[in-house]
Formats: sequence, C-alpha cells, structure tokens
Amino acid sequence: MDFTLLRNIISRYCVGEEIWVDSRTVYIGHKEPPPGAEAYIPQRYPDNRIVSSKYTFWNFIPKNLFEQFRRIANFYFLVIFLVQLIIDTPTSPVTSGLPLFFVITVTAIKQGYEDWLRHKADCSINECPVDVVQQGKVVRTQSHKLRVGDIVVVREDETFPCDLILLSSSRHDGTCYVTTASLDGESSHKTYYAVPDTMAFRTEQEVDSLHATIECEQPQPDLYKFVGRINIYKDKEEPVARPLGAENMLLRGATLKNTQRIYAVAVYTGMETKMALNYQSKSQKRSAVEKSMNAFLIVYLCILISKAVINTVLKYAWQWSPDRDEPWYNHRTENERQRHVVIRAFTDFLAFMVLFNYIIPVSMYVTVEMQKFLGSYFITWDEEMFDEELGEGAQVNTSDLNEELGQVEYVFTDKTGTLTENNMEFIECCVDGNVYIPHAICNGQILSAASSIDMIDSSPGGYRREHEDLFFRALCLCHTVQVKEEETVDGIKRGIHQGRPTSFYISSSPDEVALVEGMKRLGYTYLRLKDNYMEILNKDDEIERFELLHVLNFDSVRRRMSVIVRSSSGEYLLFCKGADSSIFPRVVSGKVEQVKARVEQNAVEGLRTLCVAYRRLTQSEYEEACHHLTEAKLALQDREQRLAQAYDIIERDFVLLGATAVEDRLQEKAADTIESLHKAGMKVWVLTGDKMETAAATCYASKLFRRSTQILELTKKRTEEQSLHDVLFELNRTVLRQRSMSGLSVDCLDFGLIIDGATLSAILKPNQERAGTGNYREIFLEICRNCSAVLCCRMAPLQKAQIVKLIKASKEHPITLAIGDGANDVSMILEAHVGIGIMGKEGRQAARNSDYAIPKFKHLKKMLLVHGHYYYIRIAELVQYFFYKNVCFIFPQFLYQFFCGFSQQPLYDTAYLTLYNISFTSLPILLYSLVEQHVTMETLKRDPSLYRDIAKNSLLRWPVFLYWTCLGVFDAVIFFFGAYFLFDNTTFTSNGQLMTTNTQMMFGNWTFGTLVFTVLVFTVTLKLALDTHHWTWINHFVIWGSLLFYVIFSLLWGGIIWPFLNYQRMYYVFMQMLSSGPAWLSIILLITVSLLPDVIKKVLCRTMCPTATERAQDQDELSQDGVAESTPLSSRRSYKGTSTESSHVHFGAVEMLSLRRSDPLPQKLLAHLAEGGGADLRSLSPYVLRLSGAGFAHYAPGPETSV
Amino acid sequence: MMASSYNAKDEDGHITVSGPGGGGTLRGKKPENTAFKQQRLPAWQPILTAGTVLPAFFIIGLIFIPIGIGLYVTSNNIKEFEIDYTGVDMSSPCFNCSQNFSWNSTRPCTCTVPFYLEQPYESNVFMYYGLSNFYQNHRRYVKSRDDSQLNGNVDSLKEPSKECEPYAKHDGKPIAPCGAIANSMFNDTLELFYNDPNGTRVQIPLTNTGIAWWTDKHVKFRNPGGDSSNITASFQGTSKPVNWRKPVYELDTAADNNGFINEDFIVWMRTAALPTFRKLYRIINKTSSMVPTLPRGNYTLEVVYNYPVRSFEGRKRMILSTISWMGGKNPFLGIAYITVGSVCFFLGVVLLIIHHKCGNRSNSADISN
Repeated sequence: MDFTLLRNIISRYCVGEEIWVDSRTVYIGHKEPPPGAEAYIPQRYPDNRIVSSKYTFWNFIPKNLFEQFRRIANFYFLVIFLVQLIIDTPTSPVTSGLPLFFVITVTAIKQGYEDWLRHKADCSINECPVDVVQQGKVVRTQSHKLRVGDIVVVREDETFPCDLILLSSSRHDGTCYVTTASLDGESSHKTYYAVPDTMAFRTEQEVDSLHATIECEQPQPDLYKFVGRINIYKDKEEPVARPLGAENMLLRGATLKNTQRIYAVAVYTGMETKMALNYQSKSQKRSAVEKSMNAFLIVYLCILISKAVINTVLKYAWQWSPDRDEPWYNHRTENERQRHVVIRAFTDFLAFMVLFNYIIPVSMYVTVEMQKFLGSYFITWDEEMFDEELGEGAQVNTSDLNEELGQVEYVFTDKTGTLTENNMEFIECCVDGNVYIPHAICNGQILSAASSIDMIDSSPGGYRREHEDLFFRALCLCHTVQVKEEETVDGIKRGIHQGRPTSFYISSSPDEVALVEGMKRLGYTYLRLKDNYMEILNKDDEIERFELLHVLNFDSVRRRMSVIVRSSSGEYLLFCKGADSSIFPRVVSGKVEQVKARVEQNAVEGLRTLCVAYRRLTQSEYEEACHHLTEAKLALQDREQRLAQAYDIIERDFVLLGATAVEDRLQEKAADTIESLHKAGMKVWVLTGDKMETAAATCYASKLFRRSTQILELTKKRTEEQSLHDVLFELNRTVLRQRSMSGLSVDCLDFGLIIDGATLSAILKPNQERAGTGNYREIFLEICRNCSAVLCCRMAPLQKAQIVKLIKASKEHPITLAIGDGANDVSMILEAHVGIGIMGKEGRQAARNSDYAIPKFKHLKKMLLVHGHYYYIRIAELVQYFFYKNVCFIFPQFLYQFFCGFSQQPLYDTAYLTLYNISFTSLPILLYSLVEQHVTMETLKRDPSLYRDIAKNSLLRWPVFLYWTCLGVFDAVIFFFGAYFLFDNTTFTSNGQLMTTNTQMMFGNWTFGTLVFTVLVFTVTLKLALDTHHWTWINHFVIWGSLLFYVIFSLLWGGIIWPFLNYQRMYYVFMQMLSSGPAWLSIILLITVSLLPDVIKKVLCRTMCPTATERAQDQDELSQDGVAESTPLSSRRSYKGTSTESSHVHFGAVEMLSLRRSDPLPQKLLAHLAEGGGADLRSLSPYVLRLSGAGFAHYAPGPETSV
Repeated sequence: MMASSYNAKDEDGHITVSGPGGGGTLRGKKPENTAFKQQRLPAWQPILTAGTVLPAFFIIGLIFIPIGIGLYVTSNNIKEFEIDYTGVDMSSPCFNCSQNFSWNSTRPCTCTVPFYLEQPYESNVFMYYGLSNFYQNHRRYVKSRDDSQLNGNVDSLKEPSKECEPYAKHDGKPIAPCGAIANSMFNDTLELFYNDPNGTRVQIPLTNTGIAWWTDKHVKFRNPGGDSSNITASFQGTSKPVNWRKPVYELDTAADNNGFINEDFIVWMRTAALPTFRKLYRIINKTSSMVPTLPRGNYTLEVVYNYPVRSFEGRKRMILSTISWMGGKNPFLGIAYITVGSVCFFLGVVLLIIHHKCGNRSNSADISN
C-alpha cells in the first residue's frame, strides 16, 4: 500500500505530466485527504464537455479545405487547376476549376450543415441538467460543468452524464440496475454494486460527509474493464481500502433502471469517458477491387506521363528547324521567345499533362463512391433478408465492401448463435450416470401445465439422494441469473410460474437460463437473490436459503464458474460448473467414468454439455480462499492474472456430481446455406469454443461434413500419441496423394479437417527448437488448402482472429469472411476482409463491429451469391468501362498532336472536354452499376457454382484490363483515322443540294473534333448498351436520354453566339456537320467498326468456350422463350426424394442426426413415419433407437435436406 | 457531382453522441415491396449469341455493300483536276516568283501555268486552293484571333484580345483584323483562262460569293459599323495586318463582301483540321445546259504570286472539282463501306459455321447430361 503510494508520487514527479501517470487519484467531493495520508495534488481533468463537432466557426474554411484536398481526386483536380492557372495551357482553367469549385462548395456546405447539427446536439447534451451534491445540498448544474470528483445524483430512467463509481443507491443492498442498450446493445438489466462501506448513505448530508479518494487507472476504452480502489478515511485511522471493478462503474450513456436514485462520484469525464473513447474510428478495410483500381490507375498515370514525355520530346525534335518552330505566319510573342528552353520544355510537358489529364478518370472515384453508397440500399431494402421475428432487415455499416461480398473464398463461421439458434433447451441431466429428463417443452414454452419430474431411472439410494440434492442445488445456485419481475425488457425471458407470468429469468448467457429453468421443471425453483441470500423453492415446496459469499465469474480461459455459499446449516460449499475439459482434471472423486461416457454421448449428438462438481470447504479453507480472493481483488496491478491464480488455487479437489445437456438447434436453412457456399467454391471453416464432439455433430448436421467426407483429425489426443510433426506430415501425405489421384477422376473425395485450439497454438507457435519445424505453419496451410471444410473447436476468441489472420496472410491472399453473433466473434469479424454480424441473442456487439449485419445465417446465401455477385460484376464493369471510355476519349487527342505540330491543340471543344465525363457518359454507367443483372436472381440462387466465375477478382485481372485498354485504343484509332481519311487531302464537303445556297463548305478543325467526339459519345454509350443484360425502363431512359442530351446540348451550344465566351468556334459547327451526308455516313460507319470487334469477341467466346454464367444466361433465355418445363419437374422430383420416400431411404447415422435437429413436422407425417418406417429406422442406427425410445416423438424427422 | 457521396465515409470515425434515452437499437421497418427496391423491375434481357448476331451481320453486310458501291461510283464520277504551282522546280513557270519573294516588293510577281483538261466538266465547278505543310491547326495559331472583334464589337476593334499577340497592335494602333490567322491570309490571285482551239483566250468568270457558311457570313462575322455604308470610317484608327497589302476595308469592291464579311477572309478564318488542306476559292457556275462549264482543252492559270510557302517547305495547289450528292471526290468512304460490309458478311458466314458446329456440340452435351 505504501509502496504504491510512493511509486505514485515518484512517477508523478518524474514524469512531470499528470496525464501520463498510469493511475489517477480522484478526491471525492474535492475534499483533501487528512494530512499525512497522501499529498493532495489538485489535478486537472477535462470537464464533462462532449465535443463531437469537427470545426469551429473560425477554423471551418481552412480545416475543411484541408480535409477535402486530402482526397486524391480533389487533390488531382487542384494540381491540374493550378497548373492551368500558372502556365499557358491548351484548356482553360475553367475545365477543371468549375467542377472542383462545385464539388468543394457542395461538400463544404453539407459538412458545415452537419457540423452545425453536431454543435447543436453537443450543446443540448452539454447543457443537460445534472444534480450535484455540494456542501450537503443538491445543486442543479449543467452537464458540461461536471468535474472529476463531483458527487452526482441520478434518478430512475436518467442517463449517466459521465463515468461514475457507484457510492450508494436507494436500494437496501446497495445495488442498482442499469441497461447499457445504447452502449453495446444489450438490453438486459445489469446489476452494479456499491462498495459496502458507502452503500449505507441515504441523504445528501451523509454522502457529503464521506471522506475518501479513489485511485484508478487512466481512461481506457474497454467497456468491461475497470481497475481501481477506494480509500475511505475515517477519523484519522488508517484508510480502509476497497477494490473497485467494472461492477462498480456506471458508464456514460447507460440508463438507470428499477432504482429510485443513486449517488455516485465522477471519475472519467467528457472525452475521457469510455463511451467517447469507444467511438474511435475503426481501421478502414479496403476491398480487392479498390486495390486493383489503384493498380490500374498507376498504369494509367504512367501512360499519361509517358504520353506527355513522348510528345514533349517529339515536339522539340520536330521544332528543330526554326521554320517549323516559328514559320512566318505564326510568330511567338517576345515574352515567350525570351523564356529559357528548359522552362519552355517543362511548361510544354505540363501542358501536355493537362491536355491528357482526362485519361485519369477522376470522375470514376466519384461514381464508384456513389455506386457503393446508393447500391448498398438494395441490401437494406431486400425483403428476403428481413426477419419478421426480429423486425429487422440487413444492415450495411460500411458500403465500401459491397463488391468484396462477391469475392469471398473463405468463410469463417461461429457455431453457437450463428449456425445454431442459440435458443437453449434443457434436454437432460445426469447425476452419477442416472439420466433425468424434464417434461416436454417446445421452443421454450412448456407445453403441458404439469411441472412434475419425469425420470427415466429414478431409484435414488441414500448416497445418490445426497448427490442428487447437491446437484440440483448446485445448478440453482451456481449462476448469475437474475429474476425480473415485470416484462419491461427484451432479452431472454422465461416465465417462472405459470400463474405468475410476470417473472422472468434474465442472464447474459442463455445456457444459464436454460439450466435454471430446467431445474425448475425438475422441481427446484430459484426464487431470488435477496440481501446476499439466494432462495430456492425445493421439490417439497420449502424455501431454502443460502448465503452467497463469493462468485468466481465465468471466463473463456477457465471455461468454468463457481460460487461459494453457506447453507443454512452453516456448511461452506463451493459449487462449480464448467466445460468437461476444465472440470475433469480437477475432480478427485465421483463417478467420473459414467458421467464422462454420458457427456461424450451427448456431445456426439451435438448437445452442449456442462459438468457440475462441488467441494465442501472447512472454515479455515474458506478463510484462506477469502484471503486469496480479496487480495487479488484489491490488487491494482495485474488484477486479472492474480484473480486467475486465486481461482486456480480455490477451484480444485472437486467431487463430481453430474453433467447437464442443453440443446442448441440448428438455424433454419443452415445446411442449405453451407451447401450452397460449398458449391460456390468457398471453403467454410467453423470456429467454435465448443468441444470437438458437439461441434463435429453440428457440422454433420449442417452438411459441412458429408458422409463422403474423409475426416482428418489434428487434435490434442492425436498429437499426444504421435508427435505433432509426424501427424502433420502424415496428413499432408494423405492429402497430396489424394490430390494426385483425383487429378484424373473428378472430386471423388473431399477432406474435412478437425483441429483444436491447443494443437493450433502449437502449430502457430513461433521459434520451434528444432530446425525444419518452422514451417509447420506452411504444412498446415497446405493441408487446409486441400480441405473443403475445416472445424476448429476449443477456440479462444483471440485464436479465431489468429486463424483468420493466418489464412489472410497465406500466399494466395484469399478474401476471407467472418460471420458471428457474439462478443467473442468481434476480433474475428474485425480481422477478416468482410465481417458479418448476426443480430443475435448475445447482444449487438458483433453486429455493431461488423461491416454488414444480417438477422439470420441463412441470409448469408443471398448476401454473397446474389448481392455480392451483382455488386462485383457491376463494379468491375464500372471500373473497366471508365478506363475504356477515357482511353477512347483522350487517345485521339494524343494522335492529333502528331498532326498539329505537337502544339497541344485540343481536338475537342472545351465544353466537350468538361462535360464528357460529367454529363454525356456518366449516367448510363452509374445506372448500369446500380441495376445490372446479368443473370436473374433466381438463377444465381439456384446455381451457386456461378459464383466461381467471378472468383479471384476474375473480371479485374490484368488480361481483362489489357483487353479493355486495347479495345479503347482500337476504338480511338478508328475514330481518329476514320475522320482523318475523310478530311485528309480531299474535299470533305457538304451536300450542295441540301443547302439553299448551292455551295460547298469547308470544314475546319472544330468540325473534325466534333465529328470524332460524336462518334466517341455514341460508341462508348452503345458499347455499354451492348454490355447491358438487363434493360429496365430506366436503362432505356438513361442510355437514349444521354445520347439525346448530347445532341440537344450540341445543337444549343453551337446554335447561339454565347455572349460570355470570348470565342465562337463552335458556332453552327454541329449543325453544319449534320447537314452533310458523308458525315452521317461516316458516323454510322465508324460506330459500326468500333463496336464490331467487341461483338465478335463476345459471340465467339460464348460459342466456343462459354462460361458457366453464359450457359446460365442461355438457359434463362430458353426458359423465357419456351415453356418452362424443366424446372418444376426437377424440383418436384427432389421433393419426392426427401419426403414421401423418406422412410424407405437408407439413412446413415449422420443424416439421422440432421433429422433430429430439424423442425417439427406435421403430425400426419410423423404418424406415417412411426407406422411405416419405425421398424426400419429402429434397426438402422443406435441413435434412432434412443430417440424413439425415450419419448422424443416430438422431435420429428423432417426433411431438412435442402431442395 | 463529385461531392456528396464521399461524406458517408467521412463521419465514420466520428463520435455520435446519444443523448438521454437516445441510441439503442433502431428497429428498422419492413422494407417496401416495390419492384425497384427488390430489384425486380421488369426488364428485357437480350443476350449477344451467335443466333441473334448472325442476322445483324448479314443485314449490315447487305446494307453496307450497296451503299459503298454507290459511294464509290459517285466518287469516281466526280472529276477533279489538281495543279501544283509552288514553283519548286527550275522548269516550273512560277520558279522565279517563288525564288525572289520578298514581303516588301511593290510589284506583284505574276506567273502563268498552262494545263490541259482531258474531260469536260459538266456541272458547277469548284475551284480550290490547297496548301500543304501549313499548320493552321497549331495551337498558337488557332487561338490567335478575336471573335468578338470579328463580330463587329467596337471595343474589341480598338482593344484587341490578348490572344492576338504578337499580331494585336502595330505602331500603337490596333490591328483589324488582329491575330496570326488573319495576318497570314492567303493572298494569291488565281485567274483561269480557256485557250480556245481557235487561239483566243477566254477568261472564265469566277464567282467569289457563296463560298462561306451562311451563318458565318451573316451572324458570326460583322463589320464594326453594322450595315452602315461607310465601311472605311468604321475602321478608322486601326492598322492593317502587317502582311497585308491592303486594309481590310478594301478587300472587295462590293459592299456586302467587304471588310470582315469578305468571304475569302471568312473561308480563311475557318482553320483547317490538318496541315494539308484545301479551301474553296471560287465557283464556276454553269451557264447553259448546252455547253459544259469547262470544256475539254487547254487552259491557263494566271497566278499573282504573293504567298510564300517555300520557307516552311509548303506547297500551293489549284484544284478544280465538280461535286455530287455526297460532296467532293472521296473514294475512301465508298471503299470503307464496301470493306466493312464484306467483312460483316464474311463474319456472318464464319459465325454461321461455328454456330452450327458448336450448337450441335452443346446440344449433344445437354442430352448426355
């Protein structure tokens, strides 16, 4: 204690700045501690002002401009604009200045408005009234005036204004209930505790009399961690120190519930609150498309620079003779002549850059952003992904990754709550090998009103009797379930009594609720926790009271939890429940073998099992345990570690009582979804914390493993027998042999790998002693690569992320997707390329941290196969098309330089240069990228293998990019030389007869440019039209509309002498051109020629080597044209296969499992099954026997086998 | 157009403060079941298969080839005669003039070029001058003009645009018309004589109006004083372009073809697209239906040689041409049409074969499946 104090002081003075001290001291009520106890150091902390606004009135313009010019597109425009301003360039600064100005202004106005709104919101929050205790009186003040050390009064349903330490509450036990819905989305009520020394305070005066300091760590963003200590000074005695943990801390943003009022002291304020710290930006994920986009851009930048360099060099080579440089008809001004040749050359280089700058499709960035932003609405709008039960549809948290959904190669899925429903049902328990099964329940509702016990094997003797009693009490006591009296919250709720439906069990863990409720059905009802006494209604309707002494909380490392209670008879009892792997090693007696066998059997069936054990403590043992615990809890440093050590010491020498089994049902259509993902070429990995047998059973049920799947095991059990090294190499050999064989036959066998957490960490462990083993990782990856499905069980949350990282970093750099529903999946979701959260029952954390959130696992299918596929082909076309159309646009201009003495003469008029990307060709591609459907949705869903067609970024690979660029160059050459030959050396003249005056008109350079431009606009638009497979009325409107707009604009632009322009070069150019017959003929000819190669390529590719997608398109076409015959027939056939003939089909064990876990079928079918196939089934598999024998009739086999 | 979409991303990293009671779960409403939102808008779904493209190819072939033939024939029927009178060769009649060129010479150099037309030119004949290696499309050149001055703006007349530099002012006086284009206006005079077989030389009447765009002459180009009769007065205080021999108001005697609206001037001001170009000079109107406009025989071209091109290795030509419905002689378009038409037709045949073979193959594959 003294040491820490000394250390604090030393560190404080040494470091100098208080902010850097690793702990802070808060003086409650700003009262100095008694002299001598500690030096009073007034500290300055930020006040409670929340600042979410970015700008102030003064810094808005510079800061906003700075922010905006950090964007590459804006910056590029700015550079071009500045170059145009400084030097004499071929195009006027308006061409880049106007769009730039427009963009900047609109963005600034929008951001300014948003910031103003934020200011307003900040203001209203900062001025929100708060009651503070000052000199024994409650004073009302504004939220932002709150300071660290203030004592705050919060009333029911109020939100906490800052992070507070609870001092006392209006409840007698010093607890208060809080909902943290706005922080982590969990709407259940959580209990927070006051320190016993302060919980008695009832009035302001009493609270104000408190003389104490709080030492706590500096603010950190982890919502569930807090380490601190309160020192209470009483009458010159040594201060009393009490530990403070997360259970004492009330977080800003949470709301007080069911408690009249509390007193609490502010420890973190303003921007230091955990809420504020938690809203830091997450690291941006970038999609693969964006990466290839940037790569293409760099290529184009190189092309741009080399074009400019080539032209500059050629220009000076060409100008070598002065008659070329300055013929008599075209002199320079004196100024220009005097400029140094190097400067001139550099200026020329810049001018060429400006002239060709449009080849970098800056507008592409804008269009891509717009496409992503608008396109993501289709996900949220999707009715099929709407879940009626939850009342929610899919959510898009970031639209940057839409197309990445079409590129997924690895799917990492959580099991509980993702593949399964996380809707726990208590199935059975076994005490010393005797099985107890409660009455039938369905979906959490008790079907019959009965609450009697239904036992299979109920002949308990004395010894048994004792264990049985202990077992049920253990389950009633060893939990953190709360009893909720009214139905005001969502979350997990179950009626305690039929007659009193207003009581519910609430817990953050659905398993616990299921267990406690199961106990109730077996006759032991947990009533409430009152004044540290837990009350149980036992089978004989007597109330038993146990004093709750300590709770050794559950954590995922220990995988168990314990309570220490004192029975009414004064016995100290330690009850522990946890995973079998963490209980069995600590058991010293009990019927281990029987229980183990039962547990394993249950696990194989996919049930979640827990083992229950107890230990009787003597008074001294209890005191020792108490000592360990308090010491650990008091520690400021490494509290977690010391607690774990203490737990480890206490939780030992157990007597095994029994085990429980809870069922977690498979989610609807989970198997179908996984099957589709497999067919789509994705590798599905299940990462779960569950034990191997349970997880493997789920995997079979969900079709992750099929019967034909050869399972490779890489588990601790096996590595104990052989060395890891041998196992790895053996597996690798098996896999490789298979692969070399299957080179001939088509995918005859696929592999499934099961690995557990311990082995995994052994594989990943770096620095192996022996040489040559360093590449375990590589071998492991090699094995994984050849497995279609991998199951990783016994995973810690962090290991999940590690696996994702491992695969991400493997040499193919595959695109990974992680899907999960719980807080333990967050690390994996954040790590993967695409993180998908399921709006599950374990709170909202996964959904909040994910990129996309969906209500159910089954929605993943549509998300990837339909939306992902669409987004990918849309954005791929968008990117390629943008590069293509800008090559078409700029390349003729480049060619023109060879015919105008490299003088940077633009081929097109300024208006055309400016508007080409903005209005003539922008809308069709944007619309295409929003609504294109190359194949119908039904086809995509029906045929998941189409997904393989776009795998590995196939539409944005270099060959494809090269094709588009070549096409662009080809078209540009056609445009330019087509026009060139029409103009060159001949009279390209208009039809004399058409004109009133019978003349022949000469066409100048602007007509030349306009002709090229007209062909260009029509060609690129029609090229897009050729690529469009889905012509809705909007497509028609936009494509033909934008062509029409071009014509109308040109007519208007050339039809008037524009007074604000200092040149009238376009005057009547367009009309004159259109009045010439040959112009029409050549426009038609050039468009045809430009489109011809692409059409031929398409047709040839389709006929010679059609892709799966193209075949599907043909199929669609056929089914549209002809009578749709084939599809209904085939589906009917498959239905037949699963339902009516089910009793005669030879079911394997695996399939039976899947049936067991499926939805209840109509009674009729059941009856049919029982009559017709009962005998058959009975003989087929032991599992079936068990099912039918043990009153499981309601678990009807149903055809989960997807259609 | 570039702006708004960025911002969604912008706010990502930002603190969203939820006020008292705020935040929490947002219960989304059930999405509307509209065709657009569900991406189920009725649509036409064309696919480019050999089957659909084949007819198109044949049709294109069948349309393009006749058009091409028509164009080619028309183009071949057009009679065109071209004569280079630059005077590069010693033997050339204009050799002397081209050698002894100087801007200051007061006495115009004249040369006579004889030529022989082998065919009679029936309809109206158009007379062009052609220049090569003359970069009228050079950027410095193209922009060196003041459209506002040419449109009759009095302020621009007095104060020509900066773009005209270094041809904006001369001796402190503004140049009208200013700029390099105007300054370098083609100023050879070409006259055509028919040497009758009986020995007489008949001058062929050349029309110098109707050679410019109607809109140029009547809207884009205007004299400063409007339609006032005294054109000389309106150009008071301006200087003639340096290379010109006469001021702009003495380009022609006819009032409606003088000053900025002189058609030779307008034609010159429309800068050519390529360094080799020809511009319409005069029209020889058909006089009677009985006699051809230009009968077969010997002709003499009399050139007042003012325009120097040898310094930049240029060439000067005189072209006589008739026109057709498709304009002047241009075999390219016809040939291109024929080529494209045949290629399409050929491709159609190739595709037909491929389609036939592959179609069979895929059909059989379907059956085997």
